Amino acid sequence: MLHFPRWQVVLILGVVFLGFLAVIPNFFSKDTLTNWPSFLPKSQMVLGLDLQGGAYLLYEVDKADYTAKRLTELVTDVRKAMLDNPRIGYTGLGVQGDGVQLRVRDLDRMADVRKRLEALKNPLDASLLSAGSVSEFDLSISDDGLVRFTYSPAGLTQRMRQIIQQSVEVIDRRINELGTTEPSIQRQGDDRILVEAPGVGDPSRLKALVGQTAQMTFHLVQGTITADQAAAAIPKPGVARFPFQDNPSLIYEVDETPLMTGEDLTDAQAAFDQQTTEPVVNFRLSTGGARKFGDVTAKNVGRPFAIVLDNQVISAPVIRQPILGGSGQISGNFTVQTANDLAILLRAGSLPAKLTIVEERTVGASLGADSIRAGIAASIVATVFIAIFMVVCYGLLGAFADLALVANNFLMIGILTTLGATLTLPGIAGIVLTMGMAVDANVLIYERMREESHAGRSTLAALDTGFRKAFATIIDSHLTALIAAIALFELGSGPIRGFAVTLAIGIICTLFTSYLVTRLIVSFWVAWARPKVVPL
Amino acid sequence: MSYWRFPLRLIPDNTNLPFMKWARIRTPISLALIVLSFVLFFTVGVNEGIDFKGGTVIEVHSINGPADVAKVRGIVDQLGLGDVQIQNIGNENDVLIRVATQPGGEAAQQQVVEKVRGSLSTSEYEYRNVEVVGPRVSGELARTGTYAVLFTIAGIMAYIWFRFEWQFGIAAVATLVHDAILTLGFFAATQIDFNLTSLAAILTIIGYSLNDTVVIFDRIREILRRYKQLPIRQVIDLATNQTLARTIMTSLTLELALISLYLFGGPVVQSFTAAMIWGIFVATASSIFIGGPILVYFNIRPRPGDAKVEADAAVEDKTGDTSTVAGA
Repeated sequence: MLHFPRWQVVLILGVVFLGFLAVIPNFFSKDTLTNWPSFLPKSQMVLGLDLQGGAYLLYEVDKADYTAKRLTELVTDVRKAMLDNPRIGYTGLGVQGDGVQLRVRDLDRMADVRKRLEALKNPLDASLLSAGSVSEFDLSISDDGLVRFTYSPAGLTQRMRQIIQQSVEVIDRRINELGTTEPSIQRQGDDRILVEAPGVGDPSRLKALVGQTAQMTFHLVQGTITADQAAAAIPKPGVARFPFQDNPSLIYEVDETPLMTGEDLTDAQAAFDQQTTEPVVNFRLSTGGARKFGDVTAKNVGRPFAIVLDNQVISAPVIRQPILGGSGQISGNFTVQTANDLAILLRAGSLPAKLTIVEERTVGASLGADSIRAGIAASIVATVFIAIFMVVCYGLLGAFADLALVANNFLMIGILTTLGATLTLPGIAGIVLTMGMAVDANVLIYERMREESHAGRSTLAALDTGFRKAFATIIDSHLTALIAAIALFELGSGPIRGFAVTLAIGIICTLFTSYLVTRLIVSFWVAWARPKVVPL
Repeated sequence: MSYWRFPLRLIPDNTNLPFMKWARIRTPISLALIVLSFVLFFTVGVNEGIDFKGGTVIEVHSINGPADVAKVRGIVDQLGLGDVQIQNIGNENDVLIRVATQPGGEAAQQQVVEKVRGSLSTSEYEYRNVEVVGPRVSGELARTGTYAVLFTIAGIMAYIWFRFEWQFGIAAVATLVHDAILTLGFFAATQIDFNLTSLAAILTIIGYSLNDTVVIFDRIREILRRYKQLPIRQVIDLATNQTLARTIMTSLTLELALISLYLFGGPVVQSFTAAMIWGIFVATASSIFIGGPILVYFNIRPRPGDAKVEADAAVEDKTGDTSTVAGA
């Protein structure tokens, strides 16, 4: 056991050296690293948000809000389909629970009804893997004329997936426009998006930019009423009500069908109004949108139209002359920043559904810096404690274990660096804990050597048997610890995962260093010093 | 010989402690601790933190000298946020504000931070840490946490079953459940925040408890194979004594690492390490006093004439001798 073929020696030392090499870049600044020759490793440890400070925002698609919106739209579509020439009589059309329901009066024309409504099931692009197509709605038609659309579970899942994908793209565009930080935007599960923004101490602006649906529509205004009046009577059909942003008790009654939506915009820029010098947002319309807008404004000169953003009227200017050029201006009590943000939102497009924050964690930069300092201090103290303890209890062999421990630290940090793993404070705790565990294998081996030597074996045999007999135990104890680490990884989010990852990598490195590296050192020592007794 | 005396022996060689005989003291003590933990757990309860209960935790640092907790309380109380706790943490400049989950779903939680940020100005207070966990996420975290603990216990049981016999699996799991209960009791007694990190501590303790137990089991199995006539009580005593030095030494190094973390690792990991320090202590004691000894209640001695076991033992001795020759 104490004899190593040359290739094994080279391999073990090579691995330790590679680990050492991978650690080095962490001690230099990024600028220095760019000037290094290409064959040297350059990746550095990524610090978690809890160490460098930053905001962690977990968004969830508001499913209830989205399905409610879709069902309302479906009611409109069904009405349109049924009233199409030749019209089919029906009663009781409306949203019922999680579906849309109506009763057809003309039972002779059920085949025609089926044909018209089948088209509204809205097939979705199925993913490449699933066979067959998925529809958004399930349709059931019974012979007595009862028709019911329900949201199909598969359709909803598929929809959520699409929404998440689109939202990630929109959020990405919005944040890129912001240009200051490098946030990461990731899908989480089926209906969540995680936004991590390092270095952001107050995520208010980030939240305003990411979370806003930014659905913009232009509507012709019919009149204004007060909030009390609005509460007293329901609106006439075809009329929508939106409160004024600067004064919620003022309610605009507008045409339900918008003149234009944010999708008709091709560009939006913050600027200053030339006369009033107030911040405004200038927009430009697509060719189709420009033609449509030109026609409508030509017909409605002198009437006001409302600019509605996320169900609030920003402003309601009067059309003074037809707007034919395809560009316009939105004013509305903006500050420079809100005008800027609105321009960003309009450029990046609207979110397909409402997103709500379900979890938020923000760490200030000073707490992060304190944590790093504390983590480093704890690691150093732990290393020194353990190193002294091992030498005091196991003498020379304890010193060998310390060497292996140093190799273990390099290897661990080297692997973490190379994998691009994120270092969190619990991760540092994991490293410190691993140091305690790392010497466990050495303790097992040394205690075994001691026993074997007391049992009367020769020095060499005792050293050798110590390694050999401890091996099975070391494997057992490490594998069980690994099971716990895997469970931790499954359990964890963010920082805890960091802990689990360092623990798991630590366990594997420990196996290597405590067992192989220590054994190699002992074999060198045996060859060089030819010990007469086991020094324990 | 005296030259090699330098390494210190913390645990004397060839201890011969009658662990089995101590059942009369050990069993009542550990039962009493379990009962106490249960009583504490069900009466006082653990102090569920934000991860499982949801709500908002805000840590502010007063920029101009010590923070006036009463003043902060006065300001925050006016916001009408219901159950609010305010306390000093760490040094006198830092104040922790805890706000319970607000009625009204996910969006309502968000307003808490906005309100507090609006009333405690950033020119006076630096926001060091803000955490908001909505009701949905906290429910999920509690669920996945429970699953993780159950998964670990099942995984460990399966592994031990595979590596040893089923009796060992049950003994190991009994030991680690004992440790987990006592650690929960610790959380209830100290009222340290019980968060995801606390669960991580419990899982790590379970992993370690097992590590310790397995080393003793390994030795028990080895002695069982070698000394076929030895009564089981003596086998367990012998194995525990032979591994005693290792058990204590490893725990000590771990505790050294943990104590350095506790003292220097800062307040964020302090509750985690406090639980670990206690847990490792319990795990060490339980693997010595419980894990091994309860094996006596199971019939673990291989039946006489079990050919496979005897063959295994024979092979082991043989390889032992050959390698001695090779080593020399």
